[in-house]
Amino acid sequence: MNGIHDMGDMDGFGPVQPETNEFVFHEPWEARVFGMSMASAGLAPAPIDAPRHLIERLDPAVYLASSYYERWLAWLEKALVAGGVLSREQIEAKIKDISANPDLLIPRREDPATAENIGALIRRGNPVTRTIRTKPRFAVGDRVMTRNLNPRGHTRLPRYSRGKHGVIAAYHGAHVFPDTNAHGLGENPQHLYTVRISARELWGDTAEANECILIDLWESYLASDGSKSKTSVTRSPANAKRATSKTSSP
Amino acid sequence: MSEQDFEKGHHHPRPLSPSALRAKSIEALLVEKGLLASDVSDRIVETYEKDVGPLNGAKVVARAWCDPVYKRRLLQNGTAAIAELGFGGPQGEHMQVVENTPRVHNVVCCTLCSCYPWPVLGLPPVWYKSFEYRARIVRAPRVVLREFGLDLPPNVELKVWDSSSEMPYLVLPEHPAGTEGMSEAELAALVTRDSMIGAAKVRGPKG
Repeated sequence: MNGIHDMGDMDGFGPVQPETNEFVFHEPWEARVFGMSMASAGLAPAPIDAPRHLIERLDPAVYLASSYYERWLAWLEKALVAGGVLSREQIEAKIKDISANPDLLIPRREDPATAENIGALIRRGNPVTRTIRTKPRFAVGDRVMTRNLNPRGHTRLPRYSRGKHGVIAAYHGAHVFPDTNAHGLGENPQHLYTVRISARELWGDTAEANECILIDLWESYLASDGSKSKTSVTRSPANAKRATSKTSSP
Repeated sequence: MSEQDFEKGHHHPRPLSPSALRAKSIEALLVEKGLLASDVSDRIVETYEKDVGPLNGAKVVARAWCDPVYKRRLLQNGTAAIAELGFGGPQGEHMQVVENTPRVHNVVCCTLCSCYPWPVLGLPPVWYKSFEYRARIVRAPRVVLREFGLDLPPNVELKVWDSSSEMPYLVLPEHPAGTEGMSEAELAALVTRDSMIGAAKVRGPKG
């Protein structure tokens, strides 16, 4: 969607303001939201694409006025309600209760076996690479055009990068496709490429000649754009090998 | 104020902010329904506050500086090489490593949200997730880097990586001068989080 979250090259923001020695969590509640979300990963939609899209669909004014963890909290609540785990009424009733007794401690429930094992569980992660039958359409060094796609749903093709000439800089095998996965329409893995687009191509002639963006784009975001580049970009043997093995799938 | 102080009913309790109230309510409901284990949540928080952070990435960088064969592996397959040092997990399943040189400077962002290599850098700082950074780094990278105190010579090529997929990026900063004879551990102590995003260079011990 052409949402508020798609911020590349949005004007009007001031200087970046890094904090020195900032805390990981700025408020205790941020830590609780983080812990709850990670622990409850089985309750809310598991693939990350859907949570991302829920956050993208926050009202733009709310998105801009919210801190990162406020957006996360909004997502958590939406996901739990949409998933039928909690109802709005329950949440509002509990808020009323706690407002009346703000010092009351949250009841605790312990699962020492899982808690002990959390290191191992955390280290697992959730890979999104998949094997698909079709061969990659593009190779490193190929000239491509990013397509002018404007889906109303989730996509990872930012507005600033659409309809631009670029070159394939790397190939990464097939990855779960966010545009369908975010909507429960299946993983539909596609070949994923890193595409290099020059700053001048993006921003015009006043941009620096020696700057570029590299962005990771799925095959359906790309169209062919003329011949293969005569000077090829460094090919990664590991990637090339992966491409071959994927085309010989059963 | 620590989380523990807050939960023990600190002597001077602050009124709960709307977000704190909402978070507390949701957590209470999940616990009451048997859907959340409090100690699991605590351990996750503790892990990302203490165990998973830029010190991990600094070790990877120092290893790459000391061992050219490791460095080649790291640039070839980030996640696998990083796993050799025992680091990995969520938001690190497909890590890519890009190398800064005297002629090429890399800087990483996520314009659409906040994608970041958690296993080697921990959770991203507020500035990385900020609207200012997400909006401006792709359009005016040299200006933004100057705000960090990094003034790149005009002839240095600048590559901005927008982490649009599940492949987060780690910058391998340049090995600074004046570090000859330093051990891997001593080198790791020099490597800052910002240098592994590309917002800074690593300084040698003499600054």
